Amino acid sequence: MRVALFLTCVNDTLYPDTGRAVVKLLTRLGVEVDFPMAQTCCGQAHYNTGYRHQAEPLARHFSDVFAEYEAIVTPSGSCGAMVRELYPRMGERARAEGRGDTLATTLAPVVPKTYELTEFLVDVLGVTDVGAYYPHTVTYHPTCHGLRGLGLGDRPRRLLQAVRGLELRELPGADECCGFGGTFAVKNPDVSAAMGLDKVRNAESTGADVLCAADNSCLMHIGGTMTRLSTDMRPVHIAEILANTEGEPNA
Amino acid sequence: MSGTFVGMPAFPEAAHEAVNNPTLRANLRHATHTIRAKRAVAVSELDDWAALREAGKQIKDHTLRHLDRYLVQLEESVTAAGGVVHWAADADEANRIVVELVRATGESEVVKVKSMATQEIGLNEALEAAGIHAYETDLAELIVQLGKDRPSHILVPAIHRNRGEIRDIFTREMSEWGRPAPEGLTDTPAELAEAARLHLREKFLRAKVGVSGANFMVAETGTMMVVESEGNGRMCLTLPETLISVVGIEKTVPTWRDLEVFLQTLPRSSTAERMNPYTSMWTGTTDSDTADGPRTFHLVLIDNGRTDTLADEVGRQALRCIRCSACLNVCPVYERAGGHAYGSVYPGPIGAILSPQLRGTQSEIDASLPYASSLCGACYEVCPVAIDIPEVLVHLRERIAEGGPVTREGNKAVLKPAKGHAAERAAMRAARWAFGHPGALRTGQRLASRTRRFHPRTLPGPGRAWSDTRDLPAVPAEPFRDWWQRTQGGKDVPK
Ligand code: SF4
Repeated sequence: MRVALFLTCVNDTLYPDTGRAVVKLLTRLGVEVDFPMAQTCCGQAHYNTGYRHQAEPLARHFSDVFAEYEAIVTPSGSCGAMVRELYPRMGERARAEGRGDTLATTLAPVVPKTYELTEFLVDVLGVTDVGAYYPHTVTYHPTCHGLRGLGLGDRPRRLLQAVRGLELRELPGADECCGFGGTFAVKNPDVSAAMGLDKVRNAESTGADVLCAADNSCLMHIGGTMTRLSTDMRPVHIAEILANTEGEPNA
Repeated sequence: MSGTFVGMPAFPEAAHEAVNNPTLRANLRHATHTIRAKRAVAVSELDDWAALREAGKQIKDHTLRHLDRYLVQLEESVTAAGGVVHWAADADEANRIVVELVRATGESEVVKVKSMATQEIGLNEALEAAGIHAYETDLAELIVQLGKDRPSHILVPAIHRNRGEIRDIFTREMSEWGRPAPEGLTDTPAELAEAARLHLREKFLRAKVGVSGANFMVAETGTMMVVESEGNGRMCLTLPETLISVVGIEKTVPTWRDLEVFLQTLPRSSTAERMNPYTSMWTGTTDSDTADGPRTFHLVLIDNGRTDTLADEVGRQALRCIRCSACLNVCPVYERAGGHAYGSVYPGPIGAILSPQLRGTQSEIDASLPYASSLCGACYEVCPVAIDIPEVLVHLRERIAEGGPVTREGNKAVLKPAKGHAAERAAMRAARWAFGHPGALRTGQRLASRTRRFHPRTLPGPGRAWSDTRDLPAVPAEPFRDWWQRTQGGKDVPK
């Protein structure tokens, strides 16, 4: 099977290790991974901040780049939700504004083929044990767009539970938002920081070494709060845990 | 905390105070987490919750689509039952009508059933200005009124107060309004409730005029319905000779039968009860001396921005709201910012989409409300009429950031983008341009990587909002796409 990796602009620029981990993991599971070099951004930040018309060309570009692939895999719950939930909505809005079906038709092919990483592993590849080894205590934060947007359910937890050496600890208040919310973090800094602080305190109370999530944007906010508070915990993307094996530990 | 909502600063500044007030934070956290957990249990008892939610949504959507027809039917039914219907286009008109109706009775006091609509139009203040005292009879509403405070929650307007604060307010203020608080009042719930009961009983027995809202109005019969937990509302509805109900037009349902859905979803969503302790219904007037209920009944139907909201395809779903307040109790932003920061009687997620629609987005506070959310989606998940609040928030952000068509007072207009978004718009355009030109994006990434040793972990200017409380991630030595090109996804280099 050959899939396209949609890494997302944030990961590409700031978290290349996550991208390398996805490649390593999928390759190990016998999937051929391609990274279309023309990819950029799904348009989520524009859309959610109120710049829908600026997001449209980005969505069209996404479709142009990825339409031909059998499956598109992304290690980001929120960018996955953007494509799956909001691209169809953008098409509908364009139609409601009397601009015809063009946008909807352009975006339609990529919508059902776009998978968040854990979804792809469990639903498409049908695996929960990916052969990983990770000798740490881990607590899992289900980010809002993964939880409510995509309905990832217990998929990430099942994957983590199958990792050898890993001890999973339940996170109190797991369903509560960490307070990132894209531009919300900058527009409402007080509330955002208060939410981040509570998330970190809850995570600390588990005594785990690692806080894991399937979205680096949320981890950037949580991790930034952790370093500011000098906590011992580290934020780690789930792909980096799943890619890790005894023979080949991650760099 | 006294005063009106007019001239409120934007949400982030208004929230600043609450976020840094540990007592308020603790009061709110405790209250919302308790009710949220209870609600989850109450809802999980019904295995047809999803179907009820869908039914509630459908009934409301159907009614809103044909609201003109159902309102005419409602007027006919109310009139046939002996009531008088008045139409008010805005808050001023509604207040004028009510003041005149009270004056016509010759009374200078009214007792009130808790009502969001009368708070929305500022009726108490308008009555006061006309020399008429309005006494709130709902316990939480009484606390707010005595404390010269503002409500901060739809269902529990005094949620931001703890017991000690309430005792102090009662001791200090009750004598100004009627029967004073008992000597040596403590802060136990039973004593506080008893003090309020004694204070209010005087008012009930004296009052000739009652003012209420309504949770629902049944078009086919002209029946009004109020659901409540304390029974004080029922006293106001049955004892006075004249009853004036002030209700938003969107509270209409077509038939009696439709109530079966909402009488299940509303109490479970709001107070986590299986059924409302008191469900009062009245249809027009009673003309016998022995029967309970008003001899004269007036219904004041208020628009106040509702038909304009109805004209907006995406935003109109906000009018489905049955004011259960479940969205407030799960909202992480409400929990930290408190209800007052929303600058309206409708706080929390529903307030963030309702106020800027009813009032327009011109004021600073109304332009900031659509951004008072991290779009986490918890509000949509709990809403018993499935209002997609995040969808409407983003829609309203668009109106503020890019401008667009709106209906104001029945006229179509095209709004210009709001002021103060120029820098953001430019940044969005620049980012969009870079994302449209992968070569440019790559150059930027490389530049960031090469200069990475010079990147500060904290930022100057607007970026400080981020870096005051959080560190930025370090820029990696090589963006992913460069690594991919150099190694073809790791194939070219030994691992
Ligand atoms: S928006 Fe929904 S959840 Fe919020 S108060 Fe209204 S009905 Fe309840």
